[in-house]
Amino acid sequence: MELLFSLVTGVLSASGIYLLLRGRTFPVIVGLTLLSYAVNLFLFSMGGLHTNAAAVIGASEAPADPLPQALVLTAIVIGFAMTAFIVILAIRARAELGNDHVDGKQGDEGEQSK
Amino acid sequence: MSQHLLILPILLPMLTALALLLSGQTSTSFQRLASIAATGALVILGALLLYRAGSGDISAYALGNWQAPYGIVLVLDRLSALMVALTAVLAFGCVLFASAGDDTRGSNFHAIFQLQLMGLNGAFLTGDMFNLFVFFEILLLASYALLMHGGGKARIGAGLHYVVLNLVGSALFLVALGVLYGATGTLNMADMGRRIAMLSADKSALASAGALLLIVVFSLKAAILPLYFWLPSTYASAPAPVAALFAIMTKVGLYAILRVNTLVFAESPALVFIEAWLWWGGLATILFGGIGVLAARDMRTLVAYLVLVSVGTLMSASGMGHVASVSALIFYLVHTTLIAGALFLLAELVGMQRGKAGTRLVRARKLRQPTLLGGMFMIAAVAVAGIPPLAGALGKLLLMQAADETQRLMLWPLLLLAGLAALVALSRAGSVLFWASYKGEPSGPVANRRQLSGATWLLVSAPLLVLLASPVSHYTDATAEQLFNPQQFTETLLPPLVPLAKEPLAKTSRTEATRTKAPLIDTSSLTNYSKAVSSDIATAKQPALAHTAASVTGDKR
Repeated sequence: MELLFSLVTGVLSASGIYLLLRGRTFPVIVGLTLLSYAVNLFLFSMGGLHTNAAAVIGASEAPADPLPQALVLTAIVIGFAMTAFIVILAIRARAELGNDHVDGKQGDEGEQSK
Repeated sequence: MSQHLLILPILLPMLTALALLLSGQTSTSFQRLASIAATGALVILGALLLYRAGSGDISAYALGNWQAPYGIVLVLDRLSALMVALTAVLAFGCVLFASAGDDTRGSNFHAIFQLQLMGLNGAFLTGDMFNLFVFFEILLLASYALLMHGGGKARIGAGLHYVVLNLVGSALFLVALGVLYGATGTLNMADMGRRIAMLSADKSALASAGALLLIVVFSLKAAILPLYFWLPSTYASAPAPVAALFAIMTKVGLYAILRVNTLVFAESPALVFIEAWLWWGGLATILFGGIGVLAARDMRTLVAYLVLVSVGTLMSASGMGHVASVSALIFYLVHTTLIAGALFLLAELVGMQRGKAGTRLVRARKLRQPTLLGGMFMIAAVAVAGIPPLAGALGKLLLMQAADETQRLMLWPLLLLAGLAALVALSRAGSVLFWASYKGEPSGPVANRRQLSGATWLLVSAPLLVLLASPVSHYTDATAEQLFNPQQFTETLLPPLVPLAKEPLAKTSRTEATRTKAPLIDTSSLTNYSKAVSSDIATAKQPALAHTAASVTGDKR
């Protein structure tokens, strides 16, 4: 499970960072979302990975740490609000600037055919 | 009442913001009145907090009466009291200025402004790492909205960069917190500092990685060299009262760095790297900021680069890492925050009277009130460039004295050259703004009384800080002393370490501690340990768990 978990986190953050470096707002937002997924998974694992261990004292012999779960919940909600905000912002930017390039200017190279 | 004083700087802006939001489209004058009154009350609260912290006591406020380290605490020491008071003073000037008309260019200006104050005050007062993250997000979300206030191409473009960068910063913040929690098993700052000192070698390396990552995040907020590129365009495109308020935003990053360096990472092996990084990064920021000041072609960009120079100065001082430098840093911080705010407001006042040219440094029409604005500009310029007799000179002098022999070789030339660059750029800007004008009658609007009083309120700080230099520097000396004695902080906040903590297992995280690792330890300590853990669970953990979840999920809304 540890291997799978770390692979998933790694692939998510790698794809997130790749997309973040793109020149248009939509891939950037998707990249941010992927990155926040990776971060949430990472946060989740910071109390250690367990199977069959509910985060309730007495429910199992070795209860999992409940704190990371609370933190992830917070991070998810904050991330959700931020994503909503930046989606609206990107739409505003597309309307005001006339294109969806992150610099507000159409790049000279590539991607123009889209 | 008095024990609830600590939460008031957070509650008051929050309730004001909620009331303003819920009351819907009430008259503008009512919104202004409420916002000004609430910010004025914050100034009084700030003074009360300063008075309280001035005695040298550290007060803690356990939210929901859940005791540290399980519950979230607010902590008031000299530094946080000073920062809250400074925020209130700055915000009062900004909100006065905004009430003259800037607040009607978009919706809900005052409500968002109050939310921003709530985030700032919370970040200064909290004693919990994750709570710090939550308050950072609150202040960032409010700052995004304030930055876009009024719309327009430049703002949207700069805003997009600012938002994306800060979202990446928040992701890094969470990763750093995760690593630190994994290594130490706590999120309370004082508790974390105590545990970092006792970590085993492998955990300690993990904690160092987390520490360095955290400093990267704070450096992004504070805008130090490789991470400052967002600042000039963002600050230059923000509405004037917002840009003025943002003068404190970079200081939040600095505050967080000071706090974690002295409290959390004081015993960490990573501190050496952190200080080296702050020192060199700060110096490089001064250099590049100075070049930016000379190259700026717009008054607002110029002021943004001046903010950058001050950030560099403060950062390099925090990198020196001794009592005298931190004391000087805090003195300079108060001065530079207020004067940067005043300059942003002044730039707007001047720009309004110059018609289309605005704040660009080109020939334009005559000013309506050249003497008044010119006089104010001169005071601000003298203060920010660091020429005697105003507070800027004093702050820089204190900083230069605080540097030791080898540091002087680097700091003095850079600091003085940056001062010279500021002087050159500001004289050039001043002569273009006030003298190089077309012939003809001035036609711009006269500066509103509220705008003038807002700018004056901030500007007065420069001579006032010189007059009150002695009490202020006593206070900053005491603040620095207090920062470098985290024991007092820890003792106020936390119950004394139980003997259990000296055993090997107690160093590991809470989760690992609850599992039994029989082969690693001998049986006697295991029995002691499990006894202690179960009593621990019975007394504190169970309610604390529910509370942590509740308060954490509650906070974010």
